This record gives sequence, structure tokens and C-alpha cells, in this order.
Amino acid sequence: MMNHLKPQEVKMLEVQFVGDDDVLNHILDKEEGAKFRKDRAQLLVNVKKLMKKQESDLNEDDQEDLKDENYVDILGADTQESLKNGRVAGGSSKVYSFQTRKNPEKMAELAYELAKTPGKSTSLISKENAEKMASTSQSSKKQSTSDKDQLKSDEKNEFLSTPYRLRKRLTVSTLPSDTESEYSDSNSEDDNGVKREEEEKISEVLMDQKRIAKHRSVSSSSCKKVSAKKMKKDTTTDLVEEYFEAHSSSKVLTSDRTLQKLKRTKLDQQTLHNLLSKSSPSFSAELKQLNEQHEQLFHKWMLQLHLGFNIVLYGLGSKKELLEKFRASMLQDSVHVVINGFFPGITVKSILNSITEEVLDHMGTFQSVLDQLDWIINKFKDDSSLELFLLIHNLDSQMLRGDKSQQILGQLSSLPKIYLIASIDHINAPLMWDHSKQSLYNWLWYETTTYRPYTEETSYENSLLVQQCGTLALSSLTHVFRSLTPNARGIFRLLIKYQLENEDNPSYIGLSFQDFYQQCREAFLVNSDLTLRAQLIEFRDHKLLRTKKGTDGVEYLLIPIDTGTLTDFLEKEDKEA
Amino acid sequence: MATSSVSKGCFVFKPDFKRKKVSFPLADYFNEGASLSEDSKLRFDTCQLLWQQMKSEAEELQEELNKNLFDNLIEFLGKSHLEFRKKSTNWNYQIKSREIPAAAIVLGVNVTDHDLIFKGLTEMLKDTVTPYVVSLQAKECPDVKHLLQKLASQLMGCCVDIESTEEENVQSSQRKMHYSMAFLSTWYRSITKKIDSESVNKKITSSSQWKESPPIVIILKDIESFSTKVLQDFIIISSQYLHELPIVLVFGIATSPIIIHRLLPQAVSSLCIELLQSLSCKEHLAKLLDKLLLTTRFPFKLNEKALQILTNIFLYHDFSVQNFIKGLQLAILEHFYSQPLSILCCDLPEAKRRIYSLSEDQCESIRRLPSFMRYVEKQTPEKQVASLTNERFLKEETLRFLEELHIYHENFFLVLRCFHAFMSSLPKYPLGRQIRELYCACLEKNIWESQEYEPVLQLLRMLAKDELIAILQKCVEVFKSCPGKQLGSTAEKLQEFLAQFQSLEETESNEEENGSGSQQKGFQKTDLYHLQKSLLEMKELRSSNKKQTKFEVRRDRVVDLVDNLVRKYLSPPDTQTLYEVVYFTGAHMLREHLNAAPRIALHTALNNPYHYLKAFATVVTAAEEMDPNSTASEEIKEIIHARFIRAVSELELLGFIKPTKQKTDHVARLTWGGC
Repeated sequence: MMNHLKPQEVKMLEVQFVGDDDVLNHILDKEEGAKFRKDRAQLLVNVKKLMKKQESDLNEDDQEDLKDENYVDILGADTQESLKNGRVAGGSSKVYSFQTRKNPEKMAELAYELAKTPGKSTSLISKENAEKMASTSQSSKKQSTSDKDQLKSDEKNEFLSTPYRLRKRLTVSTLPSDTESEYSDSNSEDDNGVKREEEEKISEVLMDQKRIAKHRSVSSSSCKKVSAKKMKKDTTTDLVEEYFEAHSSSKVLTSDRTLQKLKRTKLDQQTLHNLLSKSSPSFSAELKQLNEQHEQLFHKWMLQLHLGFNIVLYGLGSKKELLEKFRASMLQDSVHVVINGFFPGITVKSILNSITEEVLDHMGTFQSVLDQLDWIINKFKDDSSLELFLLIHNLDSQMLRGDKSQQILGQLSSLPKIYLIASIDHINAPLMWDHSKQSLYNWLWYETTTYRPYTEETSYENSLLVQQCGTLALSSLTHVFRSLTPNARGIFRLLIKYQLENEDNPSYIGLSFQDFYQQCREAFLVNSDLTLRAQLIEFRDHKLLRTKKGTDGVEYLLIPIDTGTLTDFLEKEDKEA
Repeated sequence: MATSSVSKGCFVFKPDFKRKKVSFPLADYFNEGASLSEDSKLRFDTCQLLWQQMKSEAEELQEELNKNLFDNLIEFLGKSHLEFRKKSTNWNYQIKSREIPAAAIVLGVNVTDHDLIFKGLTEMLKDTVTPYVVSLQAKECPDVKHLLQKLASQLMGCCVDIESTEEENVQSSQRKMHYSMAFLSTWYRSITKKIDSESVNKKITSSSQWKESPPIVIILKDIESFSTKVLQDFIIISSQYLHELPIVLVFGIATSPIIIHRLLPQAVSSLCIELLQSLSCKEHLAKLLDKLLLTTRFPFKLNEKALQILTNIFLYHDFSVQNFIKGLQLAILEHFYSQPLSILCCDLPEAKRRIYSLSEDQCESIRRLPSFMRYVEKQTPEKQVASLTNERFLKEETLRFLEELHIYHENFFLVLRCFHAFMSSLPKYPLGRQIRELYCACLEKNIWESQEYEPVLQLLRMLAKDELIAILQKCVEVFKSCPGKQLGSTAEKLQEFLAQFQSLEETESNEEENGSGSQQKGFQKTDLYHLQKSLLEMKELRSSNKKQTKFEVRRDRVVDLVDNLVRKYLSPPDTQTLYEVVYFTGAHMLREHLNAAPRIALHTALNNPYHYLKAFATVVTAAEEMDPNSTASEEIKEIIHARFIRAVSELELLGFIKPTKQKTDHVARLTWGGC
């Protein structure tokens, strides 16, 4: 029966003799296990059909066995290799997409499991059905030969396509095969010898299947065939299912390595900065040249700004330095406002305020931002000698990206005497602007890739990897605290203690006012809720207290400072007291 | 002064007033900031002049196109509130007066162009009909209260110039008042009385019919964005006050008129709607191109790619004519900025003058023009030497070329228009339906070499007589509209043909009938294509068997004439010497600056961010040729760690990732199939 196999495949095989008794023993062993699987009836039915045929072959020539360790080894190697290849190939294309690539090792493991499962399940049930195998075996043989043809071409496949297909199959087959591998896992754990034995009983047809499994690395043959059979029954539902299986956001594998596993602890902002300044940027000459190219555009920008266009800079790298240079070389003789969009406290209101108060020297207040905008627009219309340059770093920042902010900035920039030059960094920044806003801005786009680090832009950010140092909060807390009356100190201390007690309670939303009042009364700190409220105003003014209405309408009090700082503070105060 | 701070985000810089220049010549920024030469200043001025001319032409066109719409609207306003003006009290009117007259203007999806139309509309109405024009936008009117407030404040603002300025103080105090329709109606009564008593109206003198009780026109610019409830309530309220306030509504519709019914299922019955249609933006563009580019009035031209990009942005992005004009402005600016010889891109007499003052450098750059070099290569050696060394000779040559270029354009556009008249009558429009498509095709290459050209001629040879006559008439008109004797005797020839065909009509009707009678037997109901095919076959059959009719002979002669014209005059501009002077070729630049792709730029710059996410340390060390496993010093490891942190926060800034709380130290991917 081996003669129809390809010679190079035969090389990998070793034939061993296994007695009939062994086979029987093993099957009996397994039958107990089969009980678990009753709930997976549907799967099993299909698997069973497969098995029938295998058993027939088994009976015919059960002395032909194989040790499939080899396969698995090769399989693992294959996977790893192709994955590497995939990476190399991927490196040559220009624009990349993130594809979920599994860990090579994991993949190999998975492949290993998948490759051996069909064998086990086969031997499991093979005894049960000895009838009507002829037809099935024929069909499966057909399939296996066709598979072989495909496999031939697969072998010659170029590197690039392999890993992708691999991945695809992997995702498709994960769900059904999981159930089996679970089972086989437990089995293989108890005895390696048993496993081998069991595999020895696998017949020649199964061998074919194994080869298929091997060459396709992962596609578990039983699963494949199961789905093929199913498809005959009701093609459509299965197709739909398969589609969703393939496209479902299956569990994303993330690595378990966290920063804690590194010896280094979290860095704080300052050390981070120091460290970064030590590393010299590579390609500095090229970068300089690149920047000089951008700088040649300055005159053009000025011209285009004056002709009614506004300029938006995009591309990787901080553009702050470039715009600073532009400011220094071009705008020294004109009124201009620099706006750091990345500044966390920036608002449109503050931008308008600095225009009205500092540029236009207006000392009034405005009812609303829109009124203020109208006022500015009228002012610029009336006085044609006014000119204003706006430089906005990161127009797409968190604070400015809102629809209303963009509308107002757009209206400002549409004034003929207000010249706007802005930078954007976020990949989806252009989505901020619909057609009408775009026509307000009247952008000219300039790609200014600088590759400069976004040092300042990210410095305000609370990066998850940078340790938040509470030094600032602590010192201000101490200062405010010292200036309080003893009673007020007591009140605040009560609140801190309560908050620290509830440190581990994730649903803690604060201390309700009534409870707090009660506590304060008991400590003889206040005598009426009015006095307590008066005290709380002080905290609130210093941003040491936040009040929030709960869902039940009750007022909750919370100190918006992290527990670490609070503990430090209490310790310090206790020491000094 | 520094522009970074932890406490503020806005930094205002004011220069010393002593240092401030009184006026800053814009031309300084021309020519790369190099010392301002006379040349670049002249170029800049030419550029500005040309742009201003084109801009005003475009504005005129816009006005002209709006005129029809506005006239219709005024007519509609005149019809509405007739009874109100007569102060009629009859019962019939009282019933009818529940209906608010409303004009729905279908403007199309090019929302960015609407503002201009509304601006023109408001001005026009204020000048001719009524001072009380209010325009409201959906975002100003989240509810009826705001709507009324906005309405009232704008109305009060309207009449400030008619009344005294003291009103302003009153107005600001009124701002906090609660506005109601009742309040408005008393205001209106008082205001109309005042005008009655004064009987002086400075502004509106043209038509007396508006004098007594000018209507209040409320323009809702973007009806689709208004919420149903607000509109409904507002309409119901105002219909109650209709006998006191002559309100007319104007809706700006971007989609289709059905939207009114969908928005106002109930209130629609209290509206008396008149539908007005503005010109579609595509027609607008066609007219604009006709006025600005397909003419010799403006020397500046776009090459094929640039025109294609601008029209593509128009067709595939926004349908905005204003944006197209902006693109054109950029093209002009860029052309004059980057092409030193654009100094000659002005009208012919001016160019003549400038040619003789060309500097040596400029002559040299003429010599370096590819089209000029091509020309020189074809000349005799003596002439070659002369054009390369003799400056005067070169200038004469240049002048000649510019004149030729001018004549080329004159002929080109004439023939193009005629050819388009023929093309637009063909089934399926093989060379494009719009003249701009045909123009692009002609700009790109020799049109007679395109594969569509032969079939086109064959189709032309099958035109029916009446079609042919219509087309010829169009062509004759095209020629008539252009003064001057271009193209030799073509105009006369066309006229001659036209006369011949017209006379044929009378004399040869019998022959025609015979011929057509025999043909018709074989035909069944069939589609156009098969009809053409069978006609072709039949024609071949006939040409071999039967002598052509007089009509066919003449038709063939007309087609031959067209063919000759096309081959002679529609050669693409890059065959002309010195075409670089007037043609803008920086198509890529237009795309870069108008239709940028920031994502792609980021992506290419980052070059596989995946690797950085996957194994930062490995990639970094690999790049720096270090072995990651070697016992690198602790400090280097620290630095790598710090760089990693920076990279993560930068990726967060760029929007690739965001922190997630699902797992410690993990971030979620936001692009390319995020989780």
C-alpha cells in the first residue's frame, strides 16, 4: 500500500510491528475516554464515519505502522521556518499590515497537538463500527490523493504564501480541534508510551492523513473532513459558521510578559528624560538634511498664508522644532500666537481669550465662546491693518479635536487676515474635518516628516509605563494642609483615612456627605452641616476634594489623589505631629 | 521667549512697534527668499493680476448662474402675501393665511458652495426686496427657543441702520428677554408704522410693492440638519402669526425635495411650497472651465494630468466648485513660483514688450527648455548656432513662437468646440460626453491615434440628415461667436455645407424615401449597437453595389473636413515649442497639497511598525548591530528601556495604540484590525 506514496515521504517513515492484542488493549483503554465525548455528538458522528474506514484498513494490514514522531518534529521545524520566511518576505513590501502572527513555538505546539489528535480519536471509536466502510474509505482515499496533489504544489510553494495560509487554517480549525486536543492533552500527560502505542495502531490511510496534516502543518485532517462531510448535509449554514469562525475576534493572544518581569522598575519622567538624552540619535546627518529641505519651504508658506491658504503639516516626527524655526525666522516682525495643542489644559476658550485679551487688548468678558468669536471676526473686519499668525502644534490633540473646537478654529482661520499654520500627528486626524470645515480651513497639506522624537508632546501624557511621581501633589497637599485650622485638618484627615480604608474597594465612589457629617460630629469637629460645607469649600478650591452626585442623588466626597501619595502624606504628618 | 510651559498653552508674541514694517511686500516671499529681483516681482505681479482676473471672471459667472434662481425667488416672493399687503380681511384669506409660503431651493450636495449662494441671495434680497432677511443654521438652533432668539436678534440687527443707534443699547438689554412670536409681531407693527409715517426708505426704492409691508424672509440654510421637532414647532407657531407677520421661508436642500415631507410629515400641510432648482454643480464646472481654461483670454493653461487631478478631486471628493477654483489658484501660484519663464505668461502685447527686456539668464533658460531644444535640433546648423548664441535672434524666435502658441490655442479651442458638437451627438459618447473629457483626451496625446477615434468617424458617417444639420448649425455658431478670421475658410465651408444640406432636404426627399423604404424591410426591433452594425454592413454593401446618394457624398465630405481639422489643429500642446511657458505641469504637487494622504506618509515613515511592537529590544539592537543576548551594560539596557517607553507613548500620540485596562502593561491596537 505504500507504493503510491512519494519516495521522499517514505524516507521519513519507520515501520514497526505491533501485535493485535496491543491494538485491542489500547482500544479498550480508550473507550472509557469516549464517554466524555457524548456531548459532542455531532462532531463525533462525523469523526466516527472516518474511523470506520480506518478500522477497515487496520484489519487488513495492521502490521503496517508508523512512528510519527518524525512527522511532528519536521512539522515543528517547518512551521518555524516558514514563519521566519514569512517575516523576511514581509519585510520587502512597502506598506505593512498588522497580521496576527502567533508565536512560533506556540504554533509548533499547536500543530503538534493537532497532528496527533486525529489518530487518537480514530483508534478510540474504531471498534464500534465495522460496517459500511468501503464507501467511506473510497471517498476519503480520493480526498487524500487530491490532497497529495495539492501538497506537492504546497511543497514548492514560495515562502510568502505559506505562513499566511497557515495562519488562516489555524484560525479556522482552532475551534473544533480545541475540544479534541483538550482531551488528548490529558491523555498524553499520563503516559508518553501509551500515546505512542496508540499511534502505532494507525493504519495506512491514517498515514496519508498524517502526511497531509504534516505538510499543511496545522490543518487537522479530521476536522477538515468533518467539515467536508457536514457541508454535504447543509452547505449554507456551515459556510456561514465557518465564515464567522474565521472572522470572529477569537481570543487575542497576548504575551504574559509585563514590565514587572524586567528587573527595572518603572522610570519616572525625569530619569526617563535623562536616559533619553544620553542616547544619541542615529542618522543625524540625514535628518538634518531632511529638515533643511523643509526649511526651504518657509518662504513659500508665508506666501501661501498671505494668499488665503492655511497650512497643515503632517508626517512622522515632532514638528514643533520646525515650526519654532519658522517662527524665529519669519514671524519676528508680526503678531503671532503659539498654541500648544498638546497642552492638557488647552481649550478653545483659552485660545480666544489670549487673542482678545493679549492681541486685541480687550478687557471685557463674553457671554459665550460664540460671542467672543463674533467679536473677533468683527474686529478683524473693521480694522484691516490687523494681522495675526496662529501657530498650532497638534491641532488634533485630545482637547482640540472636538467638533465645536474645530468649527471655531476653522472660522477663525477663514478670516483673510488670520494666518494659520498647524501640525497634525494622529493617523485619523483628517477625520475631524467634514467638507464644510475643510473649506473653512482652506488647507494646503505639506508632508514634513522629521523623525524627531515627540519629547514635549508626550511629556504631558500620563504614559502607562512612566511612574507617576507624586512629589508635586504631596508638597502642595502639605502646604495647603498646614494653613488650615485644626478643625479643618481633622476633617480632612478623617476623609483621607476613610478613603485609605476603602482603598481595595473597586466600587468605592466616595464618602457620602451625610456619613461624613456624622463622623465629623462624633469627632467634635463641626456642629452643623453648614459649617462642614464651609470647610469643604476650602478643599474644593484647592482641588483637594471632588464632589460627585451618585445615582441615588446623594453627594459623595472624594479626594482626587492617588493612595500612595495619601499614605505618604499621612505618615509624614503623623511623624511631625 | 519659550513656547513651552507646564502652566499654559498659548503664547502671544507682539513685535516692537518700532521694528514693525509699515507694509510688508508680499513679493518678498516669492523666489525662495533670495534677494528680490525685478524679475520675480514682475512675475508675482503678473501672477496676482492673472489670478484676480480669473477670480472675478469666476465670480461673475457665479452671479450669472445665480441670477435665474434669484429671479424666480423674487417672483415667488412677489406672489406670496399679496393679500397681506392689501390688508384684506375677507374670510377666504383668513383661511388661506394659515399657509406659510416657502421656497425650497435644491442646491445639490456641494455644501461648501452653498454659503456663497446664500450670501449672494441675502445681499440681493436686502437690496431689492426687504431688509428683514434672516439666515439660520441648524447648529445655531438646537431648540425653538434658540431659534426664536436667533431670529429676533438678527431681525433687530437688520433694522439698526434704519433706526437710530440707540436701539443697540436696547438690543443688548433685550437679549436676555424671552422672545416670542407675539413680541416679534408687535415689533414688526411698530417698525412698519414708523416706516409708513416716515415714508422714507433709503435702501429699497426699486420696487414700490414692497414698501409698505416688507416680508420677513427666513432662510434655513441646511434643512436636512434641523431636527423635526424644532421645525415643526416653529412652523406651527409662525402659521398662527401669519396674519400679523408676512413670513416667507426659504429652505436650502442638499439632497432631494422629498426630505421636506420626511422631515415635516405634519407641518407640511401648513406650507405652500415652491420648488426652485439651482444649476447642478457639474454644469457649473463645465461653464467655469469654458470661461477660464477653454479660452485664449487667459494665457495660463493646465496640462492633462493637472486638469485630471483637479476634476477628479471635484468628481470623487466633494463636487465643490469653490474647491476647484482653489486648486486652480494653487496651480497658478505654483506655476509662477517655479517656472522662471512664466514671466511671459501674459497677454500677447505685454509679452512682446517683455521679450525684449529678457535678461541673459532668462534667455539661457529658454534655450534649456526641452521643447525649444527639440526645435533647435531640427534646424539647419547655421540656425542652430544662431539660436544658441545670438540673443536677438533668440528673442525674435521666442516672439514668433509665442504668437504661434497664441494662434494654436485660438484654433485649438474652436476646433475642440466643433468636434465636441459632433461628439456629443454620438451614442455612448466614445470620447466623453463633457467637453472637459474631450479636452483631456486631446491634451494627452494625438487624439486621432486613440483607438476610439476610427469608430467615431464611422459613426459620424452614419449621422442622419437632421442631426447633421443641427450639429453644423452649432459649429457655425461657434465660429460666429469667435471674432477674427481663424482657420482660413473653414467657417465658410461649414456654412456652405449647411446650406447644401438644407437645400437637399427639399429636392431629394423622393430619393430618400425610396432608399429608406427598401431598407426598412430587413429591420426588426433591435438595440442600438446591432442597428449600427447592420447599418455598417449595409453601407458596405451599398458602397460596393450602389452609387452613393448626394447626401451621403456630402456627409462624407463633412466628416472628412472634421477629420482634417482634428488632425491639423488638435495636436497636444507639448508638440508646441515654448508650451512650458503657459502650461502648468506640476500635477503631483497639486495632489500632494490638496489631496494629501497623511496615513500613508506616517506608514512609510514608520516602515513596519509591527516589528517595533513585537520585539522592540531585538529590533533596536539589530539595527545597531548588537547582540541582544550579550551582556550589554546595564546602562545601555536602561536606555533601551527608556527608548521603548518613548516609542510607546509616541505610538499612543500617533493613534496606533491606546492603553487598555484589561491587562497590566498592555495596550490595544487601534488600526489594522484592532482588538
